[in-house]
Amino acid sequence: MTSVAEKSEVGAAETPPPGVARRASAWARRAPLLPALIFMIIVTQLPFVATLVISFMDWNAYYPDEVGFAGFDNFARVFTDVNMRDAVWTTILLTAGVVLISLLLGLGIALLLDRKFRGRGAVRTMMIAPFLVVPVAAALIWKHALYNPEYGLFNGALTWIWGLFGSDNPPQPDWISNMPLWAVIFALVWQWTPFMMLILLAGLQGRPLDVIEAARIDGANNWQIFRSMTLPHLRQYLELGALLGSIYIVQNFDAVFTITSGGLGTANLPYTIYQIFYQAHDYGRASAAAVVVVLGTIIIATFALRTVSSLFKEEAGR
Amino acid sequence: MSSVTDTAPVPATRDERGRPVKKRREGANVWLSLLAWVVGILFVLPVVWMVLTSFHSEANAATNPPAVFAPLTLEGYREFFSGGASPWPPLLNSLTASVVSTLLVLLLSLPAAYALSIKPVKKWSDVLFFFLSTKMLPVVAGLLPLYLFAQNAGLLDNIWLLILFYTSMNLPIAVWMMRSFLSEVPVEMLEAASMDGAGLTKTLRSVIAPVVTPGIAATALICFIFSWNELLFARVLTATVAETAPVFLTSFVTSQGLFLAQLCAAAFVVSLPVLVAGFAAQDKLVQGLSLGSVK
Repeated sequence: MTSVAEKSEVGAAETPPPGVARRASAWARRAPLLPALIFMIIVTQLPFVATLVISFMDWNAYYPDEVGFAGFDNFARVFTDVNMRDAVWTTILLTAGVVLISLLLGLGIALLLDRKFRGRGAVRTMMIAPFLVVPVAAALIWKHALYNPEYGLFNGALTWIWGLFGSDNPPQPDWISNMPLWAVIFALVWQWTPFMMLILLAGLQGRPLDVIEAARIDGANNWQIFRSMTLPHLRQYLELGALLGSIYIVQNFDAVFTITSGGLGTANLPYTIYQIFYQAHDYGRASAAAVVVVLGTIIIATFALRTVSSLFKEEAGR
Repeated sequence: MSSVTDTAPVPATRDERGRPVKKRREGANVWLSLLAWVVGILFVLPVVWMVLTSFHSEANAATNPPAVFAPLTLEGYREFFSGGASPWPPLLNSLTASVVSTLLVLLLSLPAAYALSIKPVKKWSDVLFFFLSTKMLPVVAGLLPLYLFAQNAGLLDNIWLLILFYTSMNLPIAVWMMRSFLSEVPVEMLEAASMDGAGLTKTLRSVIAPVVTPGIAATALICFIFSWNELLFARVLTATVAETAPVFLTSFVTSQGLFLAQLCAAAFVVSLPVLVAGFAAQDKLVQGLSLGSVK
């Protein structure tokens, strides 16, 4: 903070604005910010207020004559609806599963790639590829080219391996029907592990190497160095990865929509709301569900913001 | 690959118990390098499989066990581009929506980031957190009002509504990234410029621009990728005219008697711009994805 800003903060509370010049300078500071700020308020906050209003209304597009005030009916229906409760549970499992697994895998791979070895650049490039495939395209590939029970790569590989041992009776599981939620989780883990790996690798490369070398000379082994030096250093990067991953995976629509079409107990909240709105056209209930999701997200986001805030304080001394 | 396994003989350094320390570590390193290669290959395999299958004939694409060495053909691509609905309008729509919204985001985020870092407004960190909090508002929460608005304003199936939405989707990320890049401009340089009597334009051009240009490129790349990938809003707000490439791809979701080679060709074509851009700017990608907080 510069002194000008502080001064005007103190002065504004007590006395009438002392000078045109100061006010002009405050506006000169604010002006570049306003277009973005106003745009964001109009495009994100107004629709949410509208959602809030509609959530208290009886409004189904199939019955346009029965639009009216509904009080808390929609919310009551959301909370008593078995599908909604399942969707909440599915969303939690899906998000936690994908974030935890991809974070752990990402950590392992980042550690592997932190060392110098021949072809490191090539391996890194191969690792990033999953993150650069359009999500719907990736989900389609998993559904049809990998999971398909008749000609998918997974079962094809099983046939091939069994064939090597002279067996023509390989297991041919129907992956999506047998483990629908895991099928979605695996596809998402594949896509998000590179993201976690990239963030953690950047973290690893920012380690103070001289301190680690000193610890090694003092006789610390790899595990001790990892536990007491690398992991604490990586903590904020792990938190950042978990936070950003959660924000995106909670809202996942593409994989659920594509791989299972929300069937077999894989419908998460975004998909369920999409269905209530897009197929049932029950605007009131869809809005109530959306409001509930936002309330849940706010609780999580409060923790998340605290995390970012701590990251942010380290560089805020400007 | 083979070079990983044969290590040069190492002069045996021994620890206090007389074990050949260096040699043991080298041995472990070979295995770890090999493991890294295996993991990398496993992760890239679905992508390679997609590309390979896209160049197979339909008959060879759907076989069990897989026909890896089947002859290559452009059949899948020919069918994708000229059979049935043309993918060109959706691809062009995606390009328009992504490029225009990215430009709008840069136009709005650069001044905003300037006001949050170089000459910060009061309570700048609160403003910054407001931007981030809009990212945490689930998009479904605003979907219905936007749809109803579009319906009443006659903007359904109109690419411009999508452009506005993508701009708001990427603006918070861009503000965070740009702010962190602008914060890298050394204060001393700004002070020196103002001592020399440099005006705003001159300072922007000769002090700030050189430091920030790579950051602008990274921001643009991320915004482009997110817009190009978006499905939910495009699906709800567009139909035939403004359909985007991901929406076009969803026509493959339920298709009976699936054409696997054609599907893989479609998935590859739609992913190609992102793959190219992403590989070209790997380092910037990390920094951008972590909102500029990881360097």
